[in-house]
Amino acid sequence: MVPPKETDHAELVSAAQAGDNRAFEELVRATYTGVYALAYRLTGNEEDARDVVQEAYLRAYKGLKRFRGDAQFSTWMYRITANCASTAMTKGKKHRHEELEDEAPLADSRPENDPEAAGDAELLRQRLNDALEELPPRLRAVVVLRDMYDLPHQAIADELGISEAAAKVRLHRARRRLRERLFPKSEEESAHAV
Amino acid sequence: MRCEDVSEALPEIVDGAGTADLTLRRHVDTCLRCQAELAQYRKVLRTMHQLRTEVLEPAPGLLADILAKVEEAGERRALKSLLTKRRVAYAGAIAATAAAGAAGAVIFGRRRLRAA
Repeated sequence: MVPPKETDHAELVSAAQAGDNRAFEELVRATYTGVYALAYRLTGNEEDARDVVQEAYLRAYKGLKRFRGDAQFSTWMYRITANCASTAMTKGKKHRHEELEDEAPLADSRPENDPEAAGDAELLRQRLNDALEELPPRLRAVVVLRDMYDLPHQAIADELGISEAAAKVRLHRARRRLRERLFPKSEEESAHAV
Repeated sequence: MRCEDVSEALPEIVDGAGTADLTLRRHVDTCLRCQAELAQYRKVLRTMHQLRTEVLEPAPGLLADILAKVEEAGERRALKSLLTKRRVAYAGAIAATAAAGAAGAVIFGRRRLRAA
């Protein structure tokens, strides 16, 4: 597994801003797998992710002159992608888990699914992927952008069209639900807590 | 401070962004239950960071689709720019013709006056 390399594409960006379409093509080639990964995580399905990625690059192409270069090009693309995914979600596109209520219990108390007992990092990653997919999209978007892509609270709020306070509340809920899903309390613990 | 209160605050302080007050920190230092819960939050956060490095390979054809869409937008932009330039050129030509006509009319008018 090769981690995505964060590269400063400043020269390509400058050339593309000056009208060099080949340079923009190079930027797309260098970043589209990472952008797709984010889109997939936000939308939860391949078809929507493809649409979001195409729309994101189209917006980037049209708005490239507005990119000031104070962040990396990839980070700028992540913000645009988050915005496009948010727009796609509010347009009422199909979302398998939209119907889940925020407070719906997600805890999986089956002992065979206890990752601590399994002691397996790979298993934990798989279960976290599953737990993320089960989160309602509005919670998933915030926790992915913050805890996976390190976007600041304000940037997340801007791109999702919500207040910073709302973004923090969603992050709080999402983190709590992921932990509950991955580390379910035993019946004994639950009884103590009551 | 009760464990329930601490538990409510843990999701905010797990990444060091939220501020943990002294009472909370002291409680966590001495409470195994809250320490365990904080460790779980940290584990989830570490795993989230690890997921970032996972490569999710898009289906073939995505790159071509993106480039085609961008190219189409580029062509539209070029066409628009060309039409705008032509419009400016046409407007300039019309203005020049009108100015020349007006100048001609003035000169012609003066000559007629002189002749009269």
